[in-house]
Amino acid sequence: MRRGPRLLCFLVSAALILSACSKPTTPPSFEGPSTGGAVTGLSADAAAIASERGLSPSDVVAALKTYVPSGVKDEAIMFSSGGHSGQVIAIGLPSMRILRTIAVFTPEPWQGWGYSDESRRVLKEGGVDGKEILWGDTHHPNISETNGVYDGEFLFINDKANARVAVIDLKDWETKQIVKNPLTLSDHGGTFVDPNTTYVFEASQYAMPPTGQYADMSQYQEVFRGSLTMWKFDRVKGRIDVSQSFAVELPPYWQDLCDAGKGPSDGWVFCNSINTEMATGKLTEDDPYFETSTAARDKDYLHIVNWKKAEEVFKAGKVKMVNGFPVIPIETAVAEGVLFFTPEPKSPHGVDVTPKGTHIVVGGKLDPHVSIYSMAKIEEAIKNKKFEGTDPYGVPIIAFEDALEAQIELGMGPLHTVFDDQGYAYTSLFLDSAVARWSIGSERPQDGWKLIEKVPVQYNVGHIAAVEGDTATPGGKYLVALNKWSLDRFSGGEGEFPGTGPLLPQNLQLVDISGTPMQVIYDMPMGIGEPHYAQIIKAERLKSWSVYPEIGWDPMTHSVSPNAVQAGQERIERNGNEVHIYMTAIRSHFTPENITVKKGDIVHWHITNIDRAKDATHGFGLPAYNVTLSLEPGEHADFTFVADKEGVFPFYCTEFCSALHLEMMGYLHVEP
Amino acid sequence: MTATGSAPSAPVPATQARRVSPLIAVLLVASAVLLLVSIRLPWWSITMWAPQYPQGLTATATLTEIVGEDVAEIDELNHYIGMMKLNDAAKFERSISVPMVIAMAVLLVISIWPRNWLRWVLRLPTVIFPVFFLADLKLWLWYAGNHLDPNAALRSTISAFTPTMLGWGKVAQFHTYGWLQAGFWLALAAAVLTLLTLIPFRRKGRTA
Repeated sequence: MRRGPRLLCFLVSAALILSACSKPTTPPSFEGPSTGGAVTGLSADAAAIASERGLSPSDVVAALKTYVPSGVKDEAIMFSSGGHSGQVIAIGLPSMRILRTIAVFTPEPWQGWGYSDESRRVLKEGGVDGKEILWGDTHHPNISETNGVYDGEFLFINDKANARVAVIDLKDWETKQIVKNPLTLSDHGGTFVDPNTTYVFEASQYAMPPTGQYADMSQYQEVFRGSLTMWKFDRVKGRIDVSQSFAVELPPYWQDLCDAGKGPSDGWVFCNSINTEMATGKLTEDDPYFETSTAARDKDYLHIVNWKKAEEVFKAGKVKMVNGFPVIPIETAVAEGVLFFTPEPKSPHGVDVTPKGTHIVVGGKLDPHVSIYSMAKIEEAIKNKKFEGTDPYGVPIIAFEDALEAQIELGMGPLHTVFDDQGYAYTSLFLDSAVARWSIGSERPQDGWKLIEKVPVQYNVGHIAAVEGDTATPGGKYLVALNKWSLDRFSGGEGEFPGTGPLLPQNLQLVDISGTPMQVIYDMPMGIGEPHYAQIIKAERLKSWSVYPEIGWDPMTHSVSPNAVQAGQERIERNGNEVHIYMTAIRSHFTPENITVKKGDIVHWHITNIDRAKDATHGFGLPAYNVTLSLEPGEHADFTFVADKEGVFPFYCTEFCSALHLEMMGYLHVEP
Repeated sequence: MTATGSAPSAPVPATQARRVSPLIAVLLVASAVLLLVSIRLPWWSITMWAPQYPQGLTATATLTEIVGEDVAEIDELNHYIGMMKLNDAAKFERSISVPMVIAMAVLLVISIWPRNWLRWVLRLPTVIFPVFFLADLKLWLWYAGNHLDPNAALRSTISAFTPTMLGWGKVAQFHTYGWLQAGFWLALAAAVLTLLTLIPFRRKGRTA
């Protein structure tokens, strides 16, 4: 063999080996913690710490189940209502760390929410009769679904206080839309979506005249009404399409929670109700309070609504217009087979469809049972027109026993039910301050319909949330109890921290439901509003952006803003008394830095963050003119004001963006 | 070359001594191809890590430009110490590099035929090109690090320095690692192969 080819082979392979070795992945000084070695038992020092801190073996287990080391990500994300903070709070599981808040109904300075033109437009959209409403009582967040499973694309949440629904895009975790319900000022049965997020459902709560006009309480039965609104969701636009939305008129019972069917119950929405007595409260000394008069009857009505049929009726134009919004009248809904009732133990709370969609679970609240209805039986009764009568508004009533599958006595105050992947259901017990685990008879025939066990929680548990626990494929493992009272959990006792003053945080407790018995493994104080309900999604389903896709991004249109400013295009344009400032922000300066306008000018300020690095967010704070913005990497924002005060106004970057953050400022000069 | 291979092994008559050696032709054409391929490949890259950049920021040099999605971020950081933008360096060299490499490849192929000193002239650029690349890169690294804008914000905290071209280096809170990439290795292989064609190997029973 000749030497030439051999030498050539050697040289080429040497070059390949050298180049293959050429790119290390991390420098030696930045290597992360070692992942080698399995934990085989508590070391002596760990045992000493446990002993010193008075931790029991189960405390140590709870700590190990919830501790998430620095840099390690949580496996699930809980989107919790922020209650009357009007926000949404994202929390990681199992660490129970707050990841961030999402501003929705309330101005929020960190996110610049309610200060930029774009966010002010959204808040104004959600105004009531033109009046801006700057708070909300966020209640029920709902993640968009595809085939009955969370798809992680959108999040909806309602404001009970003003009957509004917000749409949050989970690409950038920002609110995109607030729609005001034109028929009511109060909602509770929202937001819930059908398995493919065709509609976002919103049921009214406290009945009122749908026109919004005054009516005397003596006209309650004639004029007051409830409603179930079906907001059409346009997934491509990421907005509710109001023009394709409609409502079904309901009797003036106080509709409470709702849930959409799935599988065999797909096409149906279920809502329960409280005040079928149509009580009007204490009008005279002799009248009882609502709390008594709304609970006079033994039973209220579970509302069974065929939304697919309702959609046909709406498309056929069989609607009346109320405040310019299409409403299917009760008599039409009855005639077209849209609306049915069946009795439910009085004043219930949650109504929840089982994962396979075969059954509907109603929490008794004032009744110690959960009542489980069979979809098959309901459909059978409807098919055979087997009704025990009608309510005063002509709505057909399926007899309780004709719809009921089972009742299980769980304890005092059963409210809300979620599900796991083992065929178990979990119901919160408000008065017992406990969570009950019970078996779904149709899923676990070996157990039948029965109570399995209870775990105490602290205290007064309202809603509960389990990992994807209201979907067709629950995830199991974790449950969170959203307790209304924390009482002694974070304060009090001899020689201890006395507390946070008279206003106490709520207590969100993480419960391990992977084994028996269930175990509370973490207490999380929540000092922001009163989280009402939450949904938990597996983290990997979320596909969020870490920076905006292009420089000059308008989060409202998801495209580059026509006002976007690229590097080198900064300028100030004057047109009469209107001044347009086109500004860029980059670490660590604004361009331009000194801006001069005349008193009385209308100032349109356009700022683009031309930074592209993850986390390189700039803020913008302008004193005296009430301006704060969040400019996330690539984001563009506009704001407008009248320069009605002369003087020199130092503006600055409110995010600690860089070592020269303090120097990232400029002056607005308003000349007399 | 030894005569033990399978190539024509009959004694070569003196009249055929000017015939083109197939091995040399193959080596030269291979070198030309390697050079041409290298135009499209990265030649050198540098990655910088800091606590706030755990994934590192990478800039990659090809013969024509500095590429990579982190280039803007590196430029932005460099402005604090007053360093020139990456793509302002070696503008002239980068502007002529493609025609130059193509010309070198063409010269290699042409050099198959001449038997005199001319073949040296034609092949030499390929042989010295990798060295020239490294020297020029080093020069620009030195230039960039030693001509910092005296008015830059962090000018006083960083004194003039030459970024480490090969291997680990450290600048402020950054650890850097520079290394050669595929394009360079192909060019180096081309240089070595070309060099082989210039070494006067002696065949048994025959004088050069």
